[in-house]
Amino acid sequence: MKLYCLSGHPTLPCNVLKFKSTTIMLDCGLDMTSTLNFLPLPLVQNPRLSNLPGWSLKDGNAFLDKELKECSGHVFVDSVPEFCLPETELIDLSTVDVILISNYHCMMALPYITEHTGFTGTVYATEPTVQIGRLLMEELVNFIERVPKAQSASLWKNKDTQRLLPSPLKDAVEVSTWRRCYTMQEVNSALSKIQLVGYSQKIELFGAVQVTPLSSGYALGSSNWIIQSHYEKVSYVSGSSLLTTHPQPMDQASLKNSDVLILTGLTQIPTANPDGMVGEFCSNLALTVRNGGNVLVPCYPSGVIYDLLECLYQYIDSAGLSSIPFYFISPVANSSLEFSQIFAEWLCHNKQTKVYLPEPPFPHAELIQTNKLKHYPSIHGDFSNDFRQPCVVFTGHPSLRFGDVVHFMELWGKSSLNTVIFTEPDFSYLEALAPYQPLAMKCIYCPIDTRLNFIQVSKLLKEVQPLHVVCPEQYTQPPPAQSHRVDLMIDCQPPAMSYRRAEVLALPFRRRYEKIEIMPELADSLVPMEIKPGISLATVSAVLHTKDNKHVLQPPPRPAQPTGGKKRKRPSDDIPDCKVLKPLLSGSIPVEQFVQTLEKHGFSDIKVEDTAKGHIVLLQEAETLIQIEEDSTHIICDNDEVLRVRLRDLVLKFLQKF
Amino acid sequence: MDPECSRLLPALCAVLVDPRQPVADDTCLEKLLDWFKTVTEAGPSLLLLQENPCLVELLFRVLKAHDPRPRVLSFSLRLAGLFAAQEDCFQYLQVTPSSSVSQQGELLPMLFGESGPLGGAAWTAPTVRSGWLQGLRSLAQHPGALRFLADCGAVDTIFSLQGDSSLFVASAAGQLLVHILALAMRGPAEGHPSPQGCDWPACAQKIVCHVEDSLRSTATLQVTQALNVLTTTFGHCHSPWTQGLWVRLSPLVACLLEKDPIPASHSLVDLLLSVARSPVGSSDCGLWETLAQTLSHLSPTQAGPLALGILKLQDCPQALKTQAFGVLLQPLACVLKAAAQAPGPPGFPEGATGDSITVDTFLSSKSACVGLLCQALAHLELLQLLPQRPSPWPQAPLLRAAVAILRFCHGSAAPTSDVGGHLCAVLAGCVRVQRAALDFLGTLSQGTGPQELVTQVFAVLLEYLTSPDSSPMVLKKAFQATLRWLLGSPKAPSCCDLDPHTQLFLGELLPVLRKRLCSPCWEARDSGLEFLTQVTRHWGEVPELTGQLLRDPESYVRASAVTATGQLSSWGLYATPTGPEHPEVQQESLFTELLHILSTDSEGFPRRAVMHVFTQWLKDGHADVAEDLEQFVARVLQAASQDLDWEVRAQGLELALVFLEQLLGQPGSRCPYAVALPEAAPPATLAQVLQALCRVQLFEFALRALFDCDRPVAQKSCDLLLFLKAKATPCGGPQEAGASPDVVSVEAALQRWQAGEQGQPLGELEPEAVMAVLRSMDLEGLRGMLAKSSDHMEKSPQSLLQDMLATVGVLGENEADCY
Repeated sequence: MKLYCLSGHPTLPCNVLKFKSTTIMLDCGLDMTSTLNFLPLPLVQNPRLSNLPGWSLKDGNAFLDKELKECSGHVFVDSVPEFCLPETELIDLSTVDVILISNYHCMMALPYITEHTGFTGTVYATEPTVQIGRLLMEELVNFIERVPKAQSASLWKNKDTQRLLPSPLKDAVEVSTWRRCYTMQEVNSALSKIQLVGYSQKIELFGAVQVTPLSSGYALGSSNWIIQSHYEKVSYVSGSSLLTTHPQPMDQASLKNSDVLILTGLTQIPTANPDGMVGEFCSNLALTVRNGGNVLVPCYPSGVIYDLLECLYQYIDSAGLSSIPFYFISPVANSSLEFSQIFAEWLCHNKQTKVYLPEPPFPHAELIQTNKLKHYPSIHGDFSNDFRQPCVVFTGHPSLRFGDVVHFMELWGKSSLNTVIFTEPDFSYLEALAPYQPLAMKCIYCPIDTRLNFIQVSKLLKEVQPLHVVCPEQYTQPPPAQSHRVDLMIDCQPPAMSYRRAEVLALPFRRRYEKIEIMPELADSLVPMEIKPGISLATVSAVLHTKDNKHVLQPPPRPAQPTGGKKRKRPSDDIPDCKVLKPLLSGSIPVEQFVQTLEKHGFSDIKVEDTAKGHIVLLQEAETLIQIEEDSTHIICDNDEVLRVRLRDLVLKFLQKF
Repeated sequence: MDPECSRLLPALCAVLVDPRQPVADDTCLEKLLDWFKTVTEAGPSLLLLQENPCLVELLFRVLKAHDPRPRVLSFSLRLAGLFAAQEDCFQYLQVTPSSSVSQQGELLPMLFGESGPLGGAAWTAPTVRSGWLQGLRSLAQHPGALRFLADCGAVDTIFSLQGDSSLFVASAAGQLLVHILALAMRGPAEGHPSPQGCDWPACAQKIVCHVEDSLRSTATLQVTQALNVLTTTFGHCHSPWTQGLWVRLSPLVACLLEKDPIPASHSLVDLLLSVARSPVGSSDCGLWETLAQTLSHLSPTQAGPLALGILKLQDCPQALKTQAFGVLLQPLACVLKAAAQAPGPPGFPEGATGDSITVDTFLSSKSACVGLLCQALAHLELLQLLPQRPSPWPQAPLLRAAVAILRFCHGSAAPTSDVGGHLCAVLAGCVRVQRAALDFLGTLSQGTGPQELVTQVFAVLLEYLTSPDSSPMVLKKAFQATLRWLLGSPKAPSCCDLDPHTQLFLGELLPVLRKRLCSPCWEARDSGLEFLTQVTRHWGEVPELTGQLLRDPESYVRASAVTATGQLSSWGLYATPTGPEHPEVQQESLFTELLHILSTDSEGFPRRAVMHVFTQWLKDGHADVAEDLEQFVARVLQAASQDLDWEVRAQGLELALVFLEQLLGQPGSRCPYAVALPEAAPPATLAQVLQALCRVQLFEFALRALFDCDRPVAQKSCDLLLFLKAKATPCGGPQEAGASPDVVSVEAALQRWQAGEQGQPLGELEPEAVMAVLRSMDLEGLRGMLAKSSDHMEKSPQSLLQDMLATVGVLGENEADCY
């Protein structure tokens, strides 16, 4: 069993598991932090961003000045943003049989895999994952395509050139794998390969293994996966949460008794408690708005935003903010808000019960009804008519490199009254802000990451007791910035096996058994013989028939009647020879009694020596040696076949035959 | 006894023994007992019983009842005890037969002896057992009682009740034993009995032997009981015989210390402290050795309370105190050692440096570590407040340790050692330790510390106040500690201002406080407000001080005081000082006071400040202003127009503009996206506005300013008049006044003003005339003129050419000069 690790990002995993005869890809996350090296894509003509000076080498060589621009003391690539793909060279991706998706954030690289690698398999995901994943992809494509940029920079990626660049470009990894965004066509084609599954549904893969999604509690439709055969069980835990938010709670019990537990997608901010962060978010929002400033929340169109809106729903009246408009701007804003209301079966119990009242499960419906929350596909159109300040704007993309958020950063960045509040943990907020410096607006970082923290992980591991834990290397040591926090790492026995990008891990357990069925007729013909109380044996002569990874013992064919000699025998008609079987022996030889028997049969001068594994009986006169061990007996005599047979028969007297 | 009560008593007694009548509740019986207690204390019980035979009757009937109610039985036992406390009454109850009931017998043996409830079914009720013990406790006051106890075998029953399942009963049994022992030792044995016990009274001898047996027992429960009895004995009896008792029993106690683990360590600690506090302690040197030995034998958690107790003792050897203090400091010393990046400054006194056993216990498990730390912090907090706390008090290392603990809990410490790393993992996010450490830190605010440490304290407090992860309770404690540090903040020796670190801290505290007041968590809002209340309570005199500073001799201070009072007043925080000590200003509002400054202050800064305050008041709609808006504006403008400082006049125009805007409506929002709000109806018609402007003499002020010798004033005035003109023209305005006499005279006056003769006033103006004048004036042209800087002549090309030519001429002359 092997694990091919294609992504270095612990929360955006992409691993391939070879298990029995199947090749299973676990998630295909897309590392979008690469976009932080690019200039933002402004929605409207922006004199500041369009007149940046080109960057030249120290020696004045300016061959890169078209590709690299200096902005706010940093160097950025002036090109269409590119994403860091999972490793494609480590394993032939066309051999992948299935892709299992655990949540909508972990499928963003899907079009790259399904459309460009010769992939012919099936993708499995739950319905909300697919629908919301589609929204995320649609938003991404829309953000990038609506600001067409002719230039695609590639000179800087040259290894020799890259070395000369300033940080962080110099240190960017795998730049050769960076690719532009896919198209909507590719998205549609990729999504068409997905087969929908429900929690606890058992899916047979070629009869070899069975895969099952389990609720992971992190997002709508998010799942962990169990991959099991008859005798082995691998659990894949990715992006799980034990907090009470909107999705169905995590199913922990089904993860018990795993041989291997692959653990990814833990919280990216282990020191920040989500509750505290939500409080921080609300307080800062209220403070800013009360002082007449605007609040900008760069976010994804689905996920934490539902919980934030719910908190604000409870908070705004008590904080006296009921007259403040909340705007949600995204090409998929409407669909996201609507979708969240229809996936009742995937929601937590509390929200499910609301549906029977009937009430919308999320209170943002009421916010929309009362006109407190308004949503728009973009800043163009209706939004500019309705826009009122001070206000709160939720919009993407959290990287601040594309999407409507770029416009608001330019519009509001100059006033210290305004605040930008980062709630998504995926991007370093300082790096995200780099091209907007100097910035007068306040920046608040309150990342809300509801995924498991290390305390919860250690409780989980204690409860489900896997034999082996496999995880990204980042989880096996404290975070680099807090090297003393030994509590911020996975602590389990035996120590977790770690992986990094482009590494192949041989998982430390061997398959020992395979299930075989016996046909009823064959079973009928067996005559078990009890050799020990409770243990019966029977010899089986049968044909092992293997198809679709299922093994069946069938009765041996009757010896074929000799047919006319004219017909030539075809090789496929070959019938295995059924030799008359020698009886099988069992039991052990009591040395003392054996020696007595030998003496009775006229052997004298017998010596017994103890060895590590058993005994050696020496017949000195006959120059013969009988080596008796636990699982073998050897008679070594010098070419005296008669003697050997005599001795053999004496040995056989002590053994059972059947 | 009150005759009326006497009359009611028989009926009550009848009710109490009647099984069909329910007794209301326990509290009634308790109250009844309390009353009997006062009655028996006030007079002879015997008389009471003789006058009220129903009482004895009651006791008999309860005894003879087939199935007595436990409550009533318990009550009767206690009542009998109360009566029998007096010796004559005791004898009376022992022999008196009941008068009306046919049965006779000795009442007290029947109540408390083996034939009484002791063997009956009612004994299973804890309340009966408790009543029995309390009855005996009341009864045992005289030698007769001692004999009675011995005769009826009560002492053995008390021994067995020490292990009763009800804690109240068990505790009462222990206390009763102590009481009996003390009673037995009173009288003949008073003095110094020999330790061997041959001269001890039999009853005392019996009890002490029982205690000795218990101390030798292997059952911890029995040892605990014996220790508890002794603790109470030494706590309550300070007679000389206790000395003998200690001499007799101390070897047995010492034996306990040699066992491993030490049985009943809590009770042992209590006993040792009780002995040390009693007169025995002050005379017995062996005791100090035992205490020292105990301190070193007990585990750190068990030794903590003992150490605290030792440190509370008035007179004990310094060495023992040092040892005890070391025990308390040990956990903190471990923390400091774990937190140390490098060997730091000298820390705790010798003896506190943690030995390896402590460290092991300390880190063995999370719960042990947390428990020990919390205990140590709580003990040190108590100790800090005591007058007899160890001296020198290691304030600096304690502060350092408290800060280190808080940093460990917060995860912001960066230890380099393994122990530190482990501690960090154990303590991270531990609310219990955070609370204890913050409390402790708050207490430490009473002392001082090196400046750099105080800075650290403020930094760590700020960390906790800011952190979104602080739990509500921790936040509350952090606010409390902050308050204590702010109030106790060391003053710089030379002035009464806050030191710079505190100021810096306050600067950072304010945004935090603002944020906490907006928190969605109600506990955070609540503790934020509590903090604010506390701070403002200490801040109460500030507004008054500010008011006094309006008369400061230094003009800068007066100016600042004006700004401060103005702001305070805007928030309703400034109350005009009234009262007997300020009779002259009693009726004066702040407005009048500030106006007075505006018109009389000799310095410009205070007057400018007043104008700023007035403008702000007008903008905010201050109550004093809103009362009579026109009067306010008129008086201010009048004062400003005569001011010699151009900035005051310019600010007057600013105020006039605000007034105008308020009358004519605000200019629209300047946001590029903002949709214009539906226009509110104009506040007043233009004619009314102009009338109002005339009434407050705004025109005269503005027109006079138009010809002000200071250009900025003229510019401002020009802008103001242009704004008014623009607003007035589209509305059509009043009828054309033409060249009415008014207009002519105004224009004439203006021309004189322009020429520099500003003496005469314009007099009453009519709105029509004003508008006509405005229309006739070339305000735009004037604005263009005024916009040119004063050196525009020098900067013109013409001037340049002239200059160049002139230079050439000069050059020629210079050339000539060279020769």
